[in-house]
Amino acid sequence: MLRILGGAGRPLRLSEIADALDLPKPTIFGLVRTLRDVGFVHQDRATSDYSLGDGIRNLHESGLDPNDLRSHAMNWSDALASRTRLEVHIGFPDPDGARIVHHVFRPGGAKQHLRIGEVLPFHASALGKIMLGFVAGTPSSPRLLERYTQRTVVSRAALDAEMHRIRARGWSSEGGELTPGIGAVAVPLRGYGGIGVGALAVTGPVEKVFRHAGPPLESIIQATTDTAVSISRSLGLHA
Amino acid sequence: MNDTVIAAIDQGTTSTRCMIFDRQGRTRSLAQREHHQVFPQPGWAEQDADEIWRHVQRLVPEALAQAGLDRRQVAALGIANQRETTVVWDRTTGKSVAPAITWQDTRTSDLVDDLVAKGATDKVMAVTGLQPRTYFAGPRLRWLLDHRRGLRQRAKAGELLFGTMESWLIWNLTGGVDGGVHVTDVTNASRTMLMDLSTGQWDDSMLDLLDIPRVGLPSIRSNAEVYGTCVDPLQGVPIAGALGDQQAALFGQTCFEPGDAKCTYGTGAFLLINTGKERPTPGPSVLPTVAYALGDDDPVYAVEGSIAMAGSLVQWLRDALEIIPTAPQIETLARSVEHNGGCYIVPAFSGLYAPRWDQDARGVIVGLTSFVTKAHLARAVLEATAWQTWEVVEAIRNDLGLTLETLRVDGGMTSNHLLMQMLSDVLDVAVERPLVSETVCLGAAYAAGLTVGYWSDLATLSHHRHVAAVWRPKMDAAVRKRESTQWNRAVDHALGWVLPPD
Ligand SMILES: Nc1ncnc2c1ncn2[C@@H]1O[C@H](COP(=O)(O)OP(=O)(O)OP(=O)(O)O)[C@@H](O)[C@H]1O
Ligand SMILES: [Mg+2]
Repeated sequence: MLRILGGAGRPLRLSEIADALDLPKPTIFGLVRTLRDVGFVHQDRATSDYSLGDGIRNLHESGLDPNDLRSHAMNWSDALASRTRLEVHIGFPDPDGARIVHHVFRPGGAKQHLRIGEVLPFHASALGKIMLGFVAGTPSSPRLLERYTQRTVVSRAALDAEMHRIRARGWSSEGGELTPGIGAVAVPLRGYGGIGVGALAVTGPVEKVFRHAGPPLESIIQATTDTAVSISRSLGLHA
Repeated sequence: MNDTVIAAIDQGTTSTRCMIFDRQGRTRSLAQREHHQVFPQPGWAEQDADEIWRHVQRLVPEALAQAGLDRRQVAALGIANQRETTVVWDRTTGKSVAPAITWQDTRTSDLVDDLVAKGATDKVMAVTGLQPRTYFAGPRLRWLLDHRRGLRQRAKAGELLFGTMESWLIWNLTGGVDGGVHVTDVTNASRTMLMDLSTGQWDDSMLDLLDIPRVGLPSIRSNAEVYGTCVDPLQGVPIAGALGDQQAALFGQTCFEPGDAKCTYGTGAFLLINTGKERPTPGPSVLPTVAYALGDDDPVYAVEGSIAMAGSLVQWLRDALEIIPTAPQIETLARSVEHNGGCYIVPAFSGLYAPRWDQDARGVIVGLTSFVTKAHLARAVLEATAWQTWEVVEAIRNDLGLTLETLRVDGGMTSNHLLMQMLSDVLDVAVERPLVSETVCLGAAYAAGLTVGYWSDLATLSHHRHVAAVWRPKMDAAVRKRESTQWNRAVDHALGWVLPPD
């Protein structure tokens, strides 16, 4: 169907596509709707005719615009910050790590600065690790395992083992591996069809994120997961 | 059942929202729905009040269900609404008798010109604080009575009720044809050009001037008191707060001290600055309005700079020009270039509001060269919102001698970081986004919660406020100077564009 739309040289009516493919119209309708919803096919507002969509050109990208993501996520990420009283980050895949595209300050904290545009390393941040595990368009394994603190995981075997656990349980954590004393929990954000499109993290002082000498606080994992579900729902509906 | 909440409705220009807040002022849920807007001819903008009421009936239960709550857990309901949008309905059928005329509609321009020609301006200003303009609700009501068959007689016979959206919703929520309460609040009433800004009451001389029968008007109430009890939805819940959306945002941003200012970036942009308990008398470029009146307390006033087009210009780029697929992607496009390429857009689609107030202005794009691409246009669209805000801030500085320390912002456009940085740059002040961006709903919830004692006082509310993001100025003063000059020159091209009819 995409070839026919691409080769036609003009927008096509539904019946023309059906004829060209020799398939019944209802079948084509279902297919073309799905392709339109993911951006591979464009439907003209006025004529309802179909042509190739911009999504085809951006196939190598996730198809989601980071500014759309921020707009969908803003109310929910604000609510997450007030619920956990921690800082919230939303990350988008970048060749070298997780790029922060949305940042909500910690409620009641001292003077804070926007960290939009910062890229957090894949192996040393919760946001980066969850991206490695779930998000389309990220490398299967980071090139370099640079050390940031004493706790940074710099052995491939150790990272692989951790990634295995992260994939199994659906969330990642960071305990002073990037910045001493700073901890985080992150979960994936899913777009249309369940594809990982970005990630959501809650971050703050290690003692506010983790149980004493234990795993992250259950309440924080729960709040972050709930928020991701709300954001993902909003993304799916609007994709 | 100890878990009680406050519900709020934000009946906006493009959509209606219902939100649920907890005692810390945190969002528990949000349900939202867009309604139709009809533009039957240039300068006209209409909506269907019945459709909006149907949306409210669905959104409220939806928000409760999302939060997993029961109506009995709602301590009170607050309402905020698009201001100046005028509804007339039949008290026996409960249906609107004409499309609602929205605040962007300019069909009353002849009527307003007549008032000005008659020399009524000074009198109107003295009573209402407002210059006669198409922006306000009173002339719209007059237009409906003049132009819709039979409405004037039926109004005089007491068969019709008038109001802005909050009156319509409160009447319906409290039972409609079965004992609905017909009220408005002092902030909405202050935008009709019919209310005495000093007393907060309908003014007979204004009603005479516009020939509006008093019988159909709602009674004017404070922003925080129990107006009535919901029948459906939210049966048994008191409606305990109502404000115009921009005043609600000011309240939600906890701008309780004189000098505190906020600007809301939605369809239009509205900058309000708290000016305290004295009725302010700014020059004609900005307007005095009621900020809020809580129960029997003296009203607090504000000065407002209203900008007609902000987000709606972005929508125009999306829907009419189809340059961007979604509003937020304007940022992606705009960031693909470093500057505006010499191009400026003045969005005077229905004239210019504050501080120019020229209903004959029309939109222009100037500075076009072959160099200019759609990315430069996208940048110019965002810059237009920043510079329009700058003009309002300058006008407030000149008229009232007030200088901003920071600007608190809210509304859908605050998710645009490029725009927020531009704002901070051109205003040369820090721009602050609060943790709850839906300040309109929050403000309505706050008013309702105060009334029923859910929150004890303003200080408690201020305590809930947290900053979610701050943008600080980075622009070089020389660049700011040059660009502001260019902006002013661009505006000159837009002014007075419409020819008088032959
Ligand atoms: N990221 C963005 N960049 C630029 N403009 C945006 C962005 N997101 C939303 N907008 C614009 O903001 C407006 C929506 O904001 P918001 O939801 O606050 O408006 P609204 O409350 O529906 O308006 P109103 O109260 O006037 O009905 C739209 O006009 C849209 O074009
Ligand atoms: Mg609004």
